[in-house]
Amino acid sequence: MMLELLVNGRRLREPVEPHVTLLRFLRDQAGASEVKYGCGEGVCGACTVFLDAVAVNACSVLAVQAEGAHVETVSAFGDVASLHPLQQELIERGAVQCGFCTPGVVLGSIEAVRLGLAGDRMTIRRSLAGNLCRCTGYGKIVEAVEAYRDREGAA
Amino acid sequence: MSVVDERPARVVGRALVRHDALEKVAGRTRYAADFGLPGMLHAVLKRADLPHARLLRVDTSAAKAVPGVASVLTAKDVPENTVWVDVPGQTFQVGALKARTNVLADGVVRYHGEPIAIVAAETEDAALASLELIDVEYEELPVVTDPEAALEEGAPLVHEQGNLIASWQLHEGNVDAALTAAHAVVEQSYETQFVDHAYLEPEAGVAWLDTDGVITVRAATQVIEHFRDLARILRVPDNRVRVIAPYVGGGFGGKEDMTVEPFLALVVQRTGCPVKMVWSRSESLLAREKRHPMKLRYRTACDAEGRLLAQDIGIVADGGAYALLSALVLLYATTCSQGPYRCPNVRIDARVAYTNHTPASAMRGFGAMQVALGYEGQMDLLAAELGLDPLELRRRNFLERGDTLAVGQTLDTHVALSDLADRVEAALGPKPEPSKRGRRVGRGVACNLQPYGRCVWLNDWASAWVGFELDGTLVVRIGVPDIGGGQASSLVQLAGEVLGVDPADVVIHIGDSALTPLTGTTTATRQLYMSGNAVLQAAGELREELRPLAAELLEAEPDDVEFAGGGACYGERHVAFRDLIAAAAKRQVPWHRLSIFRAPGGDAWRSEASWRGRVFPDFTYGCHAVDLELDPETGRIDVLRYLAAHDVGRAINPQSVEGQIEGAVVMGLGYALSERVIYEDGINLTGAFAQYLIPTAVEAPEIEPIVVESGEGVGPFSARGIGEPPVGAVAPAVAGALADALGRRLTVLPFTPERVAEA
Repeated sequence: MMLELLVNGRRLREPVEPHVTLLRFLRDQAGASEVKYGCGEGVCGACTVFLDAVAVNACSVLAVQAEGAHVETVSAFGDVASLHPLQQELIERGAVQCGFCTPGVVLGSIEAVRLGLAGDRMTIRRSLAGNLCRCTGYGKIVEAVEAYRDREGAA
Repeated sequence: MSVVDERPARVVGRALVRHDALEKVAGRTRYAADFGLPGMLHAVLKRADLPHARLLRVDTSAAKAVPGVASVLTAKDVPENTVWVDVPGQTFQVGALKARTNVLADGVVRYHGEPIAIVAAETEDAALASLELIDVEYEELPVVTDPEAALEEGAPLVHEQGNLIASWQLHEGNVDAALTAAHAVVEQSYETQFVDHAYLEPEAGVAWLDTDGVITVRAATQVIEHFRDLARILRVPDNRVRVIAPYVGGGFGGKEDMTVEPFLALVVQRTGCPVKMVWSRSESLLAREKRHPMKLRYRTACDAEGRLLAQDIGIVADGGAYALLSALVLLYATTCSQGPYRCPNVRIDARVAYTNHTPASAMRGFGAMQVALGYEGQMDLLAAELGLDPLELRRRNFLERGDTLAVGQTLDTHVALSDLADRVEAALGPKPEPSKRGRRVGRGVACNLQPYGRCVWLNDWASAWVGFELDGTLVVRIGVPDIGGGQASSLVQLAGEVLGVDPADVVIHIGDSALTPLTGTTTATRQLYMSGNAVLQAAGELREELRPLAAELLEAEPDDVEFAGGGACYGERHVAFRDLIAAAAKRQVPWHRLSIFRAPGGDAWRSEASWRGRVFPDFTYGCHAVDLELDPETGRIDVLRYLAAHDVGRAINPQSVEGQIEGAVVMGLGYALSERVIYEDGINLTGAFAQYLIPTAVEAPEIEPIVVESGEGVGPFSARGIGEPPVGAVAPAVAGALADALGRRLTVLPFTPERVAEA
């Protein structure tokens, strides 16, 4: 079937098999390799994207469910030349090691702050429970989210 | 010539933003699976459904008939199906460490998930459909899953030659006499479990046939030197295989042995087409190598003052179905099993056995971490027996410079244990009160030692190229795989330090077995030590090469020339590298340098019966403390506070050091509290992240790293390795805190709520 959607503001019209996940579609057909496959079971959060401004695990959504939607990946939020404030906090605080979980962490954290789910450290930690990281031990990520929240003046 | 500057460092020791972090945070880094080529096939593996069975028939005819399938390969299609593992990437052979494994199962499968066949097809869907049609007829064989049972007479044989993979024995002094004469003796068994590396990036790679018939594999690996193993499997010369390691999404030892590489290379050799393979998380959890579980038996004796008199230690490790690095892991366990404590009488009997479990191999801590549960448990038991504070008992026994381990290695650098204990004790303060009635708070401490750098028998070396472009910009070329620890960025920092160049202006090319000088594996906490010293040496030699010319241009004495600010200077005068290198090119003064750093050797390997002496280049020491709160009814444990102190010699990048400590502690907490690969008669039941539970941000506490810089270590600028060391002390610290809260000691990992509640 034919799928029509926006990916990071770009309109795509692509044939897609009904069983193909949004993750596979984004990586294989939309060139969005910044969306990572980590587990395929909706646990690790490496494939987090915004589907009409709501964070979802792209591995747990079928591509056809994104018909007419706007999908945003980490690339919609900042580039190497102009990082998003959260991205800036993450690198300055050493919260990026292997970096594989990072695109998902960026989106998960932006949503947490936007929804007011980044009040204190434990709240931030609960908001990040769907983004596994095996390198950092999470502390520096939590600090970065806290600093970004303060920069945004949002709690 | 000394290349180490005595002047204060300019960029070493600063928490610089890692150059790779910028691209990673923007999602721009191309990991192994983020790469493709036109006409690329997709390859998948048929894996064994049973843990031990004879393969009566593997019929691939229907699978081959699926439209779009390019190739289906089984053991008989592999030019050299038997792989002899030395130690990955090593160029010196050490007989006793040799192990044999198969690329594809040949006649027998020995663990659940063992690869039987490779399917390559034009699309992933076609490959998966074809996989379903491979018809395997099994004859079930008896399964052995306990390493002690595997070593008994009459046990089912995993391999025909017997189930013993390796054993190490040591006896120093007279243990029996010391046990008899001791004031106190404590005896206890401990058990550690299978755990998974659980890096976020599953095993993946792309391979293609390049010019000159060079089969090129770009894969997530810690070891580009596997190109030699691949050449053997393909029966082609070594110079026809190239391995490229892009930035890797976590390793922890799990990408030390080969993963996708042989399968990709075989498909390229057979079809000539580019090919991609990405393991599912389930495949990774089911069938990739794990950490060795160990059964530890300790008898420990001390005098009336708490000074250790004897350690009598038995270790039986589960090596799984193939040997890989088991002998070496067991060596680390053996040499470190006395802990960071002086002890005159030590007897160790260590064995590792084949079972029908997933093969066990390298994982952060590499044998030296499992035994910490035993040696630290014993210190707690002795402290209780003597009515001493657990840290005080340890203090009375801490190793010091000049002491000799039972293995025969004398410690010749600073041993910071008592400083570390002081720092931890000062930071701890009083034990907190329980948050609710019925809850209990416990406090535990643990110390450890972990080698960094390769075993000295292996005559380790590392090479690096440092040079300028004609416009004066600086380039480093080095075959280091960067697995997320900042391996590359540390080298940039070192080159910038020596040559006076802002690290942000340096470009580094890494991880290519054909185009970057080989520097050895990113394993054994050796990269900063080895590749760091190689870069330091190359950059220092380059600087000295350029010094006379710089002096001439600056009208100064060579010794008065400094390299800083992107060029050479003398007082107010400055010549930028752009101009210096232009002059060098004109005069044919070399403006790049290839150097080899050779690790100091030790006592040579002689034989299995005679191997005592120096085994490791050096050790990193640690002291941890944890406060936890226990709900005795549910068995739930909350970590309230975690302190981790290590002497890192010199912190090249303090932020990266903290990152290693914090990440390793949380990995250690997973090991202590929740992580366990569960098998039922050899069938792995934990094939998903919903079943194999690594800590999330909620379970992870705030970690307080305490970084001590003694100024002594064998790495560049006196750095010590820190990648592995912090993982070892965690489980024993938690075990001590739990015993403090519960009034009883748990000795079998992990301490899940079920086990705690039942205790």
